[in-house]
Amino acid sequence: MTRKAVADHPLESADLRRLYETMVKIRIFEERVQELFLARKLPGFVHVYLGEEAVATGVCDALQPGDYITSTHRGHGHAVAKGVRLDPLMAELYGKETGVCRGRGGSMHVADFSLGMLGANGIVGGGFGIAAGAALTSKLLDLGRVAVCFFGDGGINKGTFHEALNFASVQQLPVVYVCENNQFAQFTARERTTSVEDLSVRAAGYGIPGHTVDGNDIEAVRGVAGDAIDRARRGEGPSLLVMETYRYGGHFVGDMEEYRDKAAVEQQRDRDPIRRAETILLARGVDEAELAKVREAARVEVELSVEFAEQSPYPDASTALDGLFATPVVQS
Amino acid sequence: MGPDGPERAVDRQMTFGQATVEALSIAMRADERVIVLGEDIGWGGNFGQFRGLLKEFGPRRVIDMPISESIIMAVSVGAASTGMRPVASMSFVEFTMGAMDEIVNQAAKFRFMFGGQTSVPLVLRASDGVLRSSAAQHSESFEAIFAHIPGLKVVAPATAADAKGLLATAIADDDPVVYLENKRIGSSRGEVPDGEYFVPLGRARIAREGRDVTVVCYSVMVTYALDAAKVLAEQDGIDVEIVDLRTLVPLDMATVDASVAKTGHAVIAHEAWRFGGFGAELAAQISERHFGRLGAPVARVGAKHSHMPFSPPLERAVAPQAEEITHAVRTTLAHRARAVATGRDAGRT
Repeated sequence: MTRKAVADHPLESADLRRLYETMVKIRIFEERVQELFLARKLPGFVHVYLGEEAVATGVCDALQPGDYITSTHRGHGHAVAKGVRLDPLMAELYGKETGVCRGRGGSMHVADFSLGMLGANGIVGGGFGIAAGAALTSKLLDLGRVAVCFFGDGGINKGTFHEALNFASVQQLPVVYVCENNQFAQFTARERTTSVEDLSVRAAGYGIPGHTVDGNDIEAVRGVAGDAIDRARRGEGPSLLVMETYRYGGHFVGDMEEYRDKAAVEQQRDRDPIRRAETILLARGVDEAELAKVREAARVEVELSVEFAEQSPYPDASTALDGLFATPVVQS
Repeated sequence: MGPDGPERAVDRQMTFGQATVEALSIAMRADERVIVLGEDIGWGGNFGQFRGLLKEFGPRRVIDMPISESIIMAVSVGAASTGMRPVASMSFVEFTMGAMDEIVNQAAKFRFMFGGQTSVPLVLRASDGVLRSSAAQHSESFEAIFAHIPGLKVVAPATAADAKGLLATAIADDDPVVYLENKRIGSSRGEVPDGEYFVPLGRARIAREGRDVTVVCYSVMVTYALDAAKVLAEQDGIDVEIVDLRTLVPLDMATVDASVAKTGHAVIAHEAWRFGGFGAELAAQISERHFGRLGAPVARVGAKHSHMPFSPPLERAVAPQAEEITHAVRTTLAHRARAVATGRDAGRT
């Protein structure tokens, strides 16, 4: 286990700018989702990715188009980073027929299999084995693809974490396990539930590399993830990456957050991944006006997705049972 | 049966286990996406149901898994939804409980909750049923639990031929199929068709034609029902029709309907608990559809609502026996006779 330094992986300005664009897109999308939910425009409930944008962005940037990811209940950011278009993504949150899952899944189950996005998963730790299974497909059919499993510091205490990492290591599968340590398992702080402070030491139990990374440092995330993904693609097996980040919002939008101190949350904003990327870009001579343009473009794209979603039809009630089986079963 | 007639039929006698090995090896030769993964499969499996596969297909496709049930299942879901056709094995059905999260929350829901974007073409094989004092954690039957979950298909063959044909179809099917192989009949032999052989899902079989009463059953209970029918024919002159469901989901109610419409009496038999069992669903559906023409309430035979004891006489007291089918049939038919005698016949024609 090593805590990787930023300097190990400086990014070209053009690359950093691309990553900045994705992070901003996720930020503005999620802020808008939060507003829409509080305005009672979205059914169900939503978990937003605010503050953690660098992780999905940096990791997915290191993937190739055919590669797979599995995601969590907090999955909008992963979907955006993997290339899912905002229109069907937003429409899904509205429960509309034009959504990525035709309104059948909603916020916790956004997916786009055509992009290798194997679904946000409402079961904590649900992706461990699914990612290993996708990696097994790649290995057996010689597809040269890598699977990334995103999960949280809550998920790392599931038994499936142990079962999956053991199996992935035994089989030397092309899979990278990316823990987003946002410090809270739902409403409970990590230190109250977890045996070790540095979560990546658990990799030793499976004979695989483990790295703890500043998950709000986009250059570090991109660099370390790129190394682990390349290693997996070369057939050298799985890795465990622990991205130290922070969840700005509650577990879900509307959470009263009585379990934590507001001041501590505000303090974390000094580590904001987007602001840090901006600082680097500005220091390298990128114009503030250019960054403003990036933010404006994202705002427009998000607003268009809201319009698209609002104008889209709800699914017809007669289709409520669609999709249960590939070969339909008559209900008696 | 081939042109060689009886001689060839003798050649084709094999056990359940052998029949499933044949189905698997044919499917694996035809399609490189078919893989097998499970506990202790490399050496052949507890009932010989994987014997020879490792030798022919090698460890890449015949994967000995750690005793990690949830990962056996989750890996199968991940592989299935990215293009493979995994056959997962958990030896005893009780072990599937360690993978219930993946079976219910992932395998059964993937296709539906992702709006039909993906399919999960996997087979989950597990051995169920009572056999020689295996006690509480190796004797049970959970088909009602699986059938209760939308998105799962459930198969429970009663003959070696169906064991082959239903497994072949389950592998070829694009949905998750729970394939339950009963331990007691696992080593029994039967005639099995040669080469590629498919039995469609959702089509019941008339295991014995009869006029007086319909026994609806599946898996090992078909054997018990056939024994019971023989006794009833000889001792009581009762002509029993036996419907072997073969698959519980999809459920072939058309065959059940036709039989009950003919006989006007229904007895349901399964080895699982009677209370809340699959028979309760069958009884409800039969009653809803045939209320006016039933000569007696639908009868059910199943295990007592308890766990399986180890001691042989206690095991026999909890698990349903063939005589209970005989008794249920007699009681059912006597009900009508009593009704006729007292002028309370429901008016069945």
